[in-house]
Amino acid sequence: MKVSLSWLNDYVTVTLAADALAHQLTMAGLEVEGVEDRYGYLASVVVGRIDAVAPHPDADHLKVCQVGTGTDTIAVVCGAPNVVEGMLAPLALPGSQLPDGTQVTESTIRGRRSAGMLCSDGELALGTDRSGLMALDAGLTPGTPLNKALGLADPVFEISITPNRPDCLSVLGIAREVAAIQGAPLRRAPVALPTAGGDINTLTSVVIEAPDHCPRYAARLLEEITVGPSPFWLQDRLLSVGLRPINNIVDITNFILMETGQPLHAFDFDRLAEQRIVVRTAGDGERFTTLDGKERTLTPEMLMICDGRGPVAVGGVMGGLNSEIEPHTTRVLIESAYFDPISIRKTAKQLGLKTEASHRFERGVDPHGTRYALDRAAQLMTELGGGRMIDGCIDAAHDLPASATLSLSVAATNRVLGTDLDGETMGGLLASIEFEVNGPRQDILTVTAPSFRVDVSRPEDLMEEVARRAGYDRIPVTYPAIPPDARPTPSLVTRRRRIRRLLTGMGFNEIITYSFVHADAARRLRLPDDDPRRNALGILNPLTEDQAVMRTSLVPGLLQTMGHNLARQSRNLKLFEIGKIFISRGDSAQPEESDVLAGLWTGDRTPPGWYGKPEPCDFYDLKGAMEGLLAGLHVAPVSFTRLTDDRCTFTRPGASGRIMVNDRPIGLIGQLHPAVADAYDLRQTAYLFEIDLPALVAHIPDRLQASPLPRFPATARDATLIVDRELESDSILEAVRQMNEPLVEAVQLFDLFAGKPIPEGRKSLSLRIVYRSSEATLADEAVNQLHKAITDHLVQRFKADLPT
Amino acid sequence: MDQNSDQVRAAAMKEIEAAETPEAIQALSIQYLGRKGVVTQLLRAVAQLPPEARPEAGRMANAVKQEIDAACRQALERLESDPAGRMERIDVSLPGRPMVPGTLHPITQITQEICDIFTRMGFEVVEGPEVETDYYNFEALNIPKNHPARDMQDTFYVSEDVVLRTHTSPTQPRVMEQRQPPVRIIAPGKVYRCDSDLTHTPMFHQVEGLLVDAGISFGDLKGTLTAFIHQMFDPRTRLRFRPSFFPFTEPSAEVDMLCVMCRGEGCRVCSQTGWLEILGAGMVHPAVLENVHYDTARCTGFAFGMGVERIAMLKYGIDDIRKYFENDIRFLAQF
Repeated sequence: MKVSLSWLNDYVTVTLAADALAHQLTMAGLEVEGVEDRYGYLASVVVGRIDAVAPHPDADHLKVCQVGTGTDTIAVVCGAPNVVEGMLAPLALPGSQLPDGTQVTESTIRGRRSAGMLCSDGELALGTDRSGLMALDAGLTPGTPLNKALGLADPVFEISITPNRPDCLSVLGIAREVAAIQGAPLRRAPVALPTAGGDINTLTSVVIEAPDHCPRYAARLLEEITVGPSPFWLQDRLLSVGLRPINNIVDITNFILMETGQPLHAFDFDRLAEQRIVVRTAGDGERFTTLDGKERTLTPEMLMICDGRGPVAVGGVMGGLNSEIEPHTTRVLIESAYFDPISIRKTAKQLGLKTEASHRFERGVDPHGTRYALDRAAQLMTELGGGRMIDGCIDAAHDLPASATLSLSVAATNRVLGTDLDGETMGGLLASIEFEVNGPRQDILTVTAPSFRVDVSRPEDLMEEVARRAGYDRIPVTYPAIPPDARPTPSLVTRRRRIRRLLTGMGFNEIITYSFVHADAARRLRLPDDDPRRNALGILNPLTEDQAVMRTSLVPGLLQTMGHNLARQSRNLKLFEIGKIFISRGDSAQPEESDVLAGLWTGDRTPPGWYGKPEPCDFYDLKGAMEGLLAGLHVAPVSFTRLTDDRCTFTRPGASGRIMVNDRPIGLIGQLHPAVADAYDLRQTAYLFEIDLPALVAHIPDRLQASPLPRFPATARDATLIVDRELESDSILEAVRQMNEPLVEAVQLFDLFAGKPIPEGRKSLSLRIVYRSSEATLADEAVNQLHKAITDHLVQRFKADLPT
Repeated sequence: MDQNSDQVRAAAMKEIEAAETPEAIQALSIQYLGRKGVVTQLLRAVAQLPPEARPEAGRMANAVKQEIDAACRQALERLESDPAGRMERIDVSLPGRPMVPGTLHPITQITQEICDIFTRMGFEVVEGPEVETDYYNFEALNIPKNHPARDMQDTFYVSEDVVLRTHTSPTQPRVMEQRQPPVRIIAPGKVYRCDSDLTHTPMFHQVEGLLVDAGISFGDLKGTLTAFIHQMFDPRTRLRFRPSFFPFTEPSAEVDMLCVMCRGEGCRVCSQTGWLEILGAGMVHPAVLENVHYDTARCTGFAFGMGVERIAMLKYGIDDIRKYFENDIRFLAQF
């Protein structure tokens, strides 16, 4: 909402300076987002003295003027008939922008240079005359900026009005707040309607067939109107708030709208069929052309203002082309109504049409402000449009919303606000913004809200008004006591933190990607049709195709991030993300949301350096990181099992595994499938993991138990076995573990070799088995025997050979 | 005699330290400890002493023998492992083998910092669904269908009754439905709005707070948020509370802090106002409490919400909100 200081001054004498007023309004809840001088554009328009006028050699109507600017004399081509030597006129210098949008530049007009533009008062929006140059007072000094020379300054406040304050969508409403801030009286323009005879009721009628949508409809009728341009003061007011003047009748309705917040509509009475008004809802599929020239299809929910034949306006939203005021219009019916906010909002939304009128109606106009606005408009039309008002007024009303009368407890107000105000002070604060206050009687103030405060319905609303008028900065600062029994942070939250800490400690960078992805994402990951992750939840109104469905995997976001970075020459990446995936359970239900941890490693393991050549990372780098993560979380026992080829989707068959804890899968790890790399246009491979976070977290022990350190030394023995090349190494280690020998403390794989001299199809694995007793130092003989037993068992079980 | 063994020890130690080859040590060992060595002679000399002096002298001579023997062994070990006979000099200016830690996303860091401040004040971290019903996202928060306040948030719809949550506020009714007062929660999370331009991303992060108990006042709200801002930014940060509107609070407030960039002078970051909007807050609207069947005569509360991206921008001097979700490693590595 824009309002100029000069307009505000019509209703309240503003004594505060513009910046102080802006601050005070902001602190009263009317946030001033900006203040601009509306005459700022005159800073580059200067007083020019016409020193010489010569005819343009190549144009009959143009003249070439020499214009003095105080320091300089410049040539300007001008077509104004009234230009004479010696006169002072406004000269817009190159770079100026005039209110009608004209950009002034240095130009050549019919072969003659023109270094500026001499202006009429119309062109400068300082009057309506465009017929000739604006003649300036001879006492002015050439070169002076015009705003200074004429003393023109008018700050315009851009105010953000919250949805609860439709009363402030008007200059009068803002003036009321200013009056309260300054403790000054508010002046409303008085209405005096001339009596000219006749009776509106004999000429027209209003029938409300949809009282739910239209609780009140008032109308007045004028005749002998002359449609023409508005006087300058009226045009100026509209321009000051950014509205374009049209003609006197339309301008008056717009002026009253801005002044009072009550939208009005003016119909050409002679274009209304049967010269009557019917307020009803639309027929289904009915068609109607609004003032903006667009044909619209109506639905039965929409409220229409009709004449004897059909619609003439979309009630509270926009008028129709068929009843628009035209240059020859002589009889005008003015509508001033109170429409149901919800009805107007639905209609405006359905039509995709947001107007100054609908904006106010859907927030709630003053149900008792209808007549004042109507009468004031009628009076202005008689004064400015030469019209004669027919006596009488139609004012049909049903069940108007009543103003709330509330009991406000002084003690409760102080309790909620933390203040120590007495009842009289509270009453005074409320009365300053036109609330009717009785009491306090004992603890209670009886308060009736003014009819324009449609937002007030509860005592808490009054508390806010008290706080607002007192000033939030006057409420003392206190601190609530901290309870001794505060609940702990939930384990999922703290465990996610540990996971993040461990992964960053291992050099992974956390990323956060959008929760929505392209609808094609699941297909690009090669997920089969029956995979639950194919059930993505679609967004009805996505911003772009790339953000059309909720993600069912974190992998697309990781791959996109990888692509983004590769394109910027960052090719060594260790990334992870913790976020939700969404599996649809049908359109109208909330999806299944679950937390997932995923990451990737691509590029070189370490950057190049003096210590060695860079080597590409591989599966075992990422696997090591996963093992480190799980160990850091004290999750055990962990194993990795091969993912069979038919189960591989976005990872490559043959290089994909399941991450298992306690023999239950918690996630997968593997090399990026080349086809998926292609689908995401990635030119290098990557190793990925994806872990179901709740499944992982379930294995994290709640508490840790210390165990004593061993008292006796350990003894290690090595064994090398030559086994089938396809044999998974872990099965050998597992076989040792399964023997459950109490003296075996650990078993490690320390060498792996294939190739000559190992026979084709075989590989050599070297194990180190660590033996220890908790009761004594083991004798070599005992260890050797046990080691032999274990080795023999392995040889037999895996058909292994011993090295020769 | 005492003097003699001390002198022998000192001389031997000096020579051992100065020796540069294992051979030299071996020669020293023979020189002192050999059959005709200095220490051996010292020991033999003990027998010549009067009987009462012998035990003490014997002990001392033996101690010297052991010390020299140990010193020889140590020196031998050192020299054999460093055959050049001197300490190698390394280039300490060479870069170390890289051990580069990763970074937490700046949004995560700020979210954790916010949550930590409030947990110290007794708030409990809770979370809620990101795809939310119209009821929890709007209705329960006193934003009925067709209310103009719905225009304040551009909503992504999944269906007529299911939306991507537009704020973290639905956690308020969700938690209150499950518990009786006192309630003291902080709810971080992702939120979504159908808006994307230079200063908006369709997904961003908020932290919501709620405290409901007997006798909670607007003054408590001011105190809690002032304490928060002072810990989050600077204990001298000036704050102002001004009236605003949220359907689920009454009275409602917008909390501004003095611009951290220009200290109130007016700059691009604060749109020349000198102030930065940092929090929305207010006393919980009685309709919200009624919706969860709380007794509004016995409890009051306050709620607040803040945008994590904005706080991170101010704390880290980030100037483009879209950077958060591009995840350029050169950006992430800065935090």
